[in-house]
Amino acid sequence: MSVDEPEPLIHARGLVKRFGDFVAVDGIDLDVMPGEAFGFLGPNGAGKSSTMRMIGCVSPPSDGVLRILGLDPRTQGPRIRAKLGVVPQLDTLDLELTVRENLLIYGRYFGLPRAVARERGDQLLDFVQLLDRADDTVEPLSGGMKRRLTIARSLINEPQLLLLDEPTTGLDPQARHVVWDRLFRLKQQGVTLVLTTHYMDEAEQLCDRLVVMDKGRIAAEGSPRDLIERYSSRDVVELRFAIGENEVNAEKLTGLGDRMEVLPDRVLLYADDGDGCLELVHDRGVVPLSVLVRRSTLEDVFLRLTGRSLVE
Amino acid sequence: MVALTSSHVMRSYAYWLVVYRRTWRGTVITSLLSPVMYLAAMGVGLGSLVKGGNGTDGLTYLQFVAPGLLAATAMQIGSFESTYPVLGSFKWMGNYHAAAATPLTPSAILVGHLLWMATRALIASSVYLAIIAAFGALRTPLAILALPVSVLVGLAFAAPITAFAASRDRDSGFAALQRFIVVPMFLFSGTFFNVTQLPAVIRPIAYVTPLWHGVRLSRDLTTGQLEPGAGWLIPLHVLYLVALVVVGVVIARRVYQAKLAK
Ligand SMILES: Nc1ncnc2c1ncn2[C@@H]1O[C@H](COP(=O)(O)OP(=O)(O)O)[C@@H](O)[C@H]1O
Ligand SMILES: [Mg+2]
Repeated sequence: MSVDEPEPLIHARGLVKRFGDFVAVDGIDLDVMPGEAFGFLGPNGAGKSSTMRMIGCVSPPSDGVLRILGLDPRTQGPRIRAKLGVVPQLDTLDLELTVRENLLIYGRYFGLPRAVARERGDQLLDFVQLLDRADDTVEPLSGGMKRRLTIARSLINEPQLLLLDEPTTGLDPQARHVVWDRLFRLKQQGVTLVLTTHYMDEAEQLCDRLVVMDKGRIAAEGSPRDLIERYSSRDVVELRFAIGENEVNAEKLTGLGDRMEVLPDRVLLYADDGDGCLELVHDRGVVPLSVLVRRSTLEDVFLRLTGRSLVE
Repeated sequence: MVALTSSHVMRSYAYWLVVYRRTWRGTVITSLLSPVMYLAAMGVGLGSLVKGGNGTDGLTYLQFVAPGLLAATAMQIGSFESTYPVLGSFKWMGNYHAAAATPLTPSAILVGHLLWMATRALIASSVYLAIIAAFGALRTPLAILALPVSVLVGLAFAAPITAFAASRDRDSGFAALQRFIVVPMFLFSGTFFNVTQLPAVIRPIAYVTPLWHGVRLSRDLTTGQLEPGAGWLIPLHVLYLVALVVVGVVIARRVYQAKLAK
């Protein structure tokens, strides 16, 4: 590697995680460069958290090459963790302590002097809009507030790399947007973000580049736009029929669009010109209960790659 | 292997200080009242019925029972602080997992917590010793050395029980631990009467209980009177308790490693 070529912050080749005989991560390759917002998109059980925990140096790889910030997690765990920010899938906040105490303790773990932790802590609380709750205990805070506090906490050591495992899972839409907005600002400040999600809209909003993960493997890699172009058409026509009539109607639609997916609750026709395709549907005398013509999303990419929906 | 640095241990320890700062008020009344009640009821009340003599190493009953209670308190603190707080730190509170994502190693997290348990034993024993002094049951300034002994007793329970609690997924074993280990030791390991009063067949069991070694040391130091003809046992008592701490730490370290880096 030449001197001026920046080194990847995460470099993995053939990375494997096994739990006993079970293979949770099955040989993945990755490179994440400084300043990127990188995502793992995949359903529950895909192996996202297992991968994140290896990257976070709290879970030793079972096999393969892994280098984080140019260092080897097997021998340099503490040195690497000193420069990471981690938002785990489940919050690990101290509920009986105050918001500020949570930050101070975490700062202490990183060896920050009290005054520094205090000043940075208050700036971060301001950033995640929790400064007015600084002296309240964490317990009664809403899920979204707790998540924002965890994000503030993960930034206390000014990390080179921020790892977010399902940052908005379980939050209501409004709370999710607040979190997205904060993460978007971090991204604009040049913080390298690595996140996992099973929400395609989250991946589309935040990620410059992502991998689609399923059953421990990477099924595809690219920017959201790339992936949609590569694996789907521009438009999708969604047709709903009465219960039990999907198959019959689908048969009548054979050959329309580039591709058809028959799901339990709807039939999808993939076509670059959705409205044109819909006219052809009508021409064949098929009358759905409802119709939606929309743009393709990562959900469609996932369906194409795995034959299953992202969120069951 | 990354060396265990004292600075990392102190960072882990600091967590427990912050938690204690928020909760100590709730424990203050019990930790003051309980020694007073025990010493009044057992030492003074029951003691008025007990004639000091051979059975009490020639001490008044208050002088006899006070150091026993001191050691037993250290046992109770050590065996409580190493059960629910340890399991909870892995399971409910998440603080271990939070710390494991930072530069702290599982070993630093463990040792910092043990150091905190030792501190709790020290605080409770200091309060106890001061109250014993107020009851006039100390016979020598050497008694101050009963404090490090209490810390050692606390850790001799805390370290092995930490290893046990860390390896559990549920709290189901803790009640049994209290019922079948802690309470019997409290009653039969020399706190209230010399184990020489026990039937000869069960006496050896009393001798292997860590509390008995703690009570002996504690009594020797608060009374300044070595157990009759057996002063040479003192280093053995200490070694026995130290060995329990070491074994506990070694096993606990493995469990922490396995659980926090899996
Ligand atoms: N500590 C563990 N022990 C055994 N199996 C595990 C463990 N952690 C995760 N798994 C299994 O590995 C698979 C991937 O899990 P995970 O990485 O959490 O997926 P995701 O985060 O994508 O939902 C799941 O089948 C899960 O049950
Ligand atoms: Mg997960």
